[in-house]
Amino acid sequence: MAIEVNKCVGCGDCVVACQTENNVPMGYSRDWIIELARGEYPNLFMHFESRRCNHCEDTPCVRTCPTGASHVIEGGIVKVTHDECIGCGACIEACPYEARYFHPDGYVDKCTFCDHRVADGLDPACVSVCPTTCMHFGDLDDPDSEISQLIKSRENYTLIPEAGTAPQIYYLK
Amino acid sequence: MEELFQTARDIHGLYPHVHIWGWPIATYLFLGGLAAGILLFATLYYLKGKENDMPFTVKIAPIFTFIIIVIGLLLLVYDLHHKLYVWQLFTTFRIESPMSWGAWTLVAVSILSLLWPLSYVDDIEKYLYERGWKKLDFITKFIRNLEHNWLIPRFIILTFRKYRTFFAWILLFLSIILGIYTGILLSAFNAHPLWNNPILGPLFLTSGVSTGSAFVMWLSNNKKERKLMSTIDMALIAMELFFIIHMIMGMQAGPEAFKQAAHLFLGGEFTVIFWVIFVGFGLVLPFILEAFELKGFHVPPALPALLVLIGGFIFRVIMVYAGQMSEYPF
Amino acid sequence: MNKLNRRDFIKISGTATAGIAMAPPLTGIWETIFPKEKKPLLENEAIKTPTVCEVCFWNCAGWVYKDNEGKIKKVIGNDIDPHSNGRLCPRGTGGLGMYYDEDRLKKPLIRVKGKNGKSEFKEATWDEAFDVIVKNMKAIEKKYGKESMALLFHGKTGPHFEHLFKAWGSQTMGEPAGAQCLITREAGFIATYGAGLASPEPTDVRNTDCLVLIGNHIGENMHNGHVQEVSALIDKGGTIITVDPRFSTMAAHSTKWLPIKPSTDLALLLAWMNVIINEGLYDKDYVAQYTYGFDQLKEHVQKYTPEWAESITTIPAGDIYETARMIGGASPRVIIHPGRHTAWYGDDTQRTRAIAILNAILGSWGREGGFYFPEKVKLPKEAHPPFPKPKWSWKNISREKHKMAIMGITNEIIDHALPEYKGPYKVKGMFIAATNPLQSIPSQDKIKRALDNQDFIVVVDTMPAEITGYADVVLPEATYLERLDHLRTAHHRQPNVALRYPAVKPKWDSKPGWWIAREIGIRLGLKDFYEWEDFEEVLDWQLKQVGSSIEELKKVGVKYFPRKTPMYLKPGEEYWFNTNTGKIELYSTDFAEWGYDPMPVYKDHGDTPPGYLRLIYGRLPMHTFGRTLNNPYLFELQHDPLLWVHPKVARIYGLENGQEVWLKNPKGKVSSFPIKVRITERIRHDSVFMPHGFGNKGRIFVDGKKMEMHRAYGRGILDSEMIYNIEKDPETGGTGMRNNFVTILTENPHNKKDKES
Repeated sequence: MAIEVNKCVGCGDCVVACQTENNVPMGYSRDWIIELARGEYPNLFMHFESRRCNHCEDTPCVRTCPTGASHVIEGGIVKVTHDECIGCGACIEACPYEARYFHPDGYVDKCTFCDHRVADGLDPACVSVCPTTCMHFGDLDDPDSEISQLIKSRENYTLIPEAGTAPQIYYLK
Repeated sequence: MEELFQTARDIHGLYPHVHIWGWPIATYLFLGGLAAGILLFATLYYLKGKENDMPFTVKIAPIFTFIIIVIGLLLLVYDLHHKLYVWQLFTTFRIESPMSWGAWTLVAVSILSLLWPLSYVDDIEKYLYERGWKKLDFITKFIRNLEHNWLIPRFIILTFRKYRTFFAWILLFLSIILGIYTGILLSAFNAHPLWNNPILGPLFLTSGVSTGSAFVMWLSNNKKERKLMSTIDMALIAMELFFIIHMIMGMQAGPEAFKQAAHLFLGGEFTVIFWVIFVGFGLVLPFILEAFELKGFHVPPALPALLVLIGGFIFRVIMVYAGQMSEYPF
Repeated sequence: MNKLNRRDFIKISGTATAGIAMAPPLTGIWETIFPKEKKPLLENEAIKTPTVCEVCFWNCAGWVYKDNEGKIKKVIGNDIDPHSNGRLCPRGTGGLGMYYDEDRLKKPLIRVKGKNGKSEFKEATWDEAFDVIVKNMKAIEKKYGKESMALLFHGKTGPHFEHLFKAWGSQTMGEPAGAQCLITREAGFIATYGAGLASPEPTDVRNTDCLVLIGNHIGENMHNGHVQEVSALIDKGGTIITVDPRFSTMAAHSTKWLPIKPSTDLALLLAWMNVIINEGLYDKDYVAQYTYGFDQLKEHVQKYTPEWAESITTIPAGDIYETARMIGGASPRVIIHPGRHTAWYGDDTQRTRAIAILNAILGSWGREGGFYFPEKVKLPKEAHPPFPKPKWSWKNISREKHKMAIMGITNEIIDHALPEYKGPYKVKGMFIAATNPLQSIPSQDKIKRALDNQDFIVVVDTMPAEITGYADVVLPEATYLERLDHLRTAHHRQPNVALRYPAVKPKWDSKPGWWIAREIGIRLGLKDFYEWEDFEEVLDWQLKQVGSSIEELKKVGVKYFPRKTPMYLKPGEEYWFNTNTGKIELYSTDFAEWGYDPMPVYKDHGDTPPGYLRLIYGRLPMHTFGRTLNNPYLFELQHDPLLWVHPKVARIYGLENGQEVWLKNPKGKVSSFPIKVRITERIRHDSVFMPHGFGNKGRIFVDGKKMEMHRAYGRGILDSEMIYNIEKDPETGGTGMRNNFVTILTENPHNKKDKES
């Protein structure tokens, strides 16, 4: 996934769309917004970031899961099988991005890149609803895909690269 | 000036920082380490042939480990959020997950640590009478009854007695895993710089073994045994101190996030409780008391033992809470 | 070994029966222990109904997705809709929260006792409620005349009641969107171009090269289509210049941000005109062909130099020259965007005139990359007898003082409802539909006195907003997901029609606005104006007149029609503008005639009094004020509104992030509730910012039980409470509300008051 932070207005559409698409219970969210501001008036900088599970390539959460409930499916999406999760919380501790949370029903939940939509050839709910079209989704393994080209053409960063998890969400400046 | 605001994410347990593990986990870490230490000594001295020189260590102490492990397991299950699915832990073994090793090891150790004392019933009874706990002898009488009158328990106990050496090796190996795996589990979490160093495994193991020796020191009624344990404990405490200094120095020399993690103990919220209560009362003071004991001054053995035990528990509590507070700012 | 005797048999079979009887509660327990997981709704399983969103005025067309049990699961945009292009904003996406909100009004309510906002009601049937309404409307007719019954309305609910009132014989009506918001802008543009902008504004943002936002915080006002086009502009690498005293979201994404001193915007606009005219950056051919009064304008702006403007606006003259050249260089593909809520300081029509004039000399009106000529579908109204002519109407009330009042001025209506008003145009009854005057119109105390002075008040709403506490009868309206309304025929690049069709049946005992209006109309003897039974007949008839039908619209949601007029001016083309001179009036002949300034003159609006901070209010992208504060989804996005405070101010008052403070204005008025502080560099040291519309205070009692918007109650401060200085725009009566000041209280003033008394 690629997110252009020079366009995001921090409206929260991605959060609400995810909640209605994935039946996220009230009071919980699979993605969230942060606002980062720097400087002194009037020399200021500000941008928003929409954050969620980064579906890392080197997943500490999947490694630590004792039952195999946390697993990676084809395409690199990290998912949790709810009936195999015992709710120990190791994966929540393992994630440097705090992307996981305990669902009130007991299992661990997080962003799934709307794999049920991706299977039908659609974009995740957040990407398809964003009014500034600042979010993009595609195949990062394919260097000729639109998203790969987009990332290559822009200055970009990922979150906490020093944690060594190889996150797959690129923020484009 | 930098401002960071987060919206739509004040979920319980995640805000302002991850805090999903609390006293149940800290207590379990302590109990697991303690059980590992006790069993390590039990099997080690048995294999060295010292079962009669160190009767409490080898024959009696393991029965406590069974109770300790069961309490630990109950705490773990209590802490689960999806308790009814706990059996899923045992449908698979995942080699890259320390928690998976832990789950299987706990089960194996709990069974073995039950069988081990069952086969020393007579010695246990003698210990109970010596201690004046005559009322508890209904337990030993019940076990003897099982052994003599019921076929399957008799078979199990006799087999165990026959192949005790074999089981001792296995139990030795498993107790080391039990003592070290929680440290490895935490050190694999690169999300929390305070935990993310390779010394944590050995540190937890050493601490666990130290609490094990303290336990024996406290409850054994054999003077030579107590003295030996006291000496061993001094060495273990010295190793712990070495590991701790090494760990903190390593964090201070690391990247910014690690420095911030070390700061928790060097001026941050946990400074006093770590250095005064854990290191001071839980490591240094017992070391001094044990040294006095060696020199010949009479020190009630319960004192350094309890200090080490309480120190070990406080250490686990600190690591659980401080560890969750240490994170990469992002 | 034991034989099964009778006793055992009975015991066993008894247990078995008991076991079977326990089964349903046991399955209930099973469901609690192993809850069935809600799987996401797949695209091909969903039942789709077209709708038009009502969470804000942008009225995006979309699809409501229901699962096979008929439950609404989500709302998404209609791909072919020009307002949303298939993407709804967060409020639209969260619109189903409006439907599921448990705090909704459920049944008609009739007041039994109490007044002054603490009304106590009993639940009633629709017939009972209608009887009370009709009885009282007839009483007002008898005592004062039908004209004394006023209608305050908003949204798509409004037209149903406008029709009812016009049919009955009263045209005393107004909506807050006029005087409190748009009217000054429309007046400024009509005076210049002979045409207003309406909604959505026909700004050709996606084709422009330079967008100037002056008093428009796009991105925080989530004007869906425009935000999308601004985003496309950023992609293109277009220039965006934001003029704002605050470092708004769009200021952060702009090419240049001019941190202007509040109230001095007109100075900047005049200085820009000065540079653009003097340096010849204006569109000479366009000006020559289409405008009137250029010479007067040129002479008029000579004294408004950038150096003069620098001393007033605190923007360096160099920046003014630079931005003027950027703007002029992009001509004619440049937009000086006028924004929407333009009622600021009492000279607002003149300021929006300046914006219109600037656009005109840059040649952007009617040009690609500037303002296109929008077109709308003209749907014929269903036939009905001619409306009776009332003895007097909103025009009498509003145009007494304000010649450019193109719609009813709500605050004038309120003034005419006060007990001290003794003139001929008295308002003694109110019908309030889908608006909360206590929040939207300033001078709360005056409004409360006006409401108390009414003989009869009806409120039609979906939620128990504060105004319901003042009503004699409260009617629960169904939300937009449960009802039909007029077709959306808003103007755009291409004329289009969008259908709002009910996706689900109205919840509880709520009813659509058209049904309520019709029932009241029939009971008032106006059957001739309501010859249809179901509003769907009206819509179907209207659509058939233009070659479509409800059936077709139910399948596509939005239908386009070909344009009949060109979208842009052709070079050199003759064009007649709807003004006195037939040209774009840079010098306004109407204004000169009526005694207003024919060209904008800069007026100083004073400074912040010492010890006080200027109150700046604005929007949040996830809220539409009262409509969404209680929406469970949108509430989750941001629980509490925040007061933006500069670090210097925070130091003076000793504030910390997240601390609760109260506000007090120079008149001594103290806010009812506290607000949480956000210490930020993004606001000036002499101002504070907070979003409009919070501090909800509505609470009524129905049959002894409390009814309120429990999520919204008491959160944050209502800016209308703190606003005491209202500067009326002379041309339109628009209420300027930005010259208001507050001071911060760190201790709860209400505790002190109680202690003192």
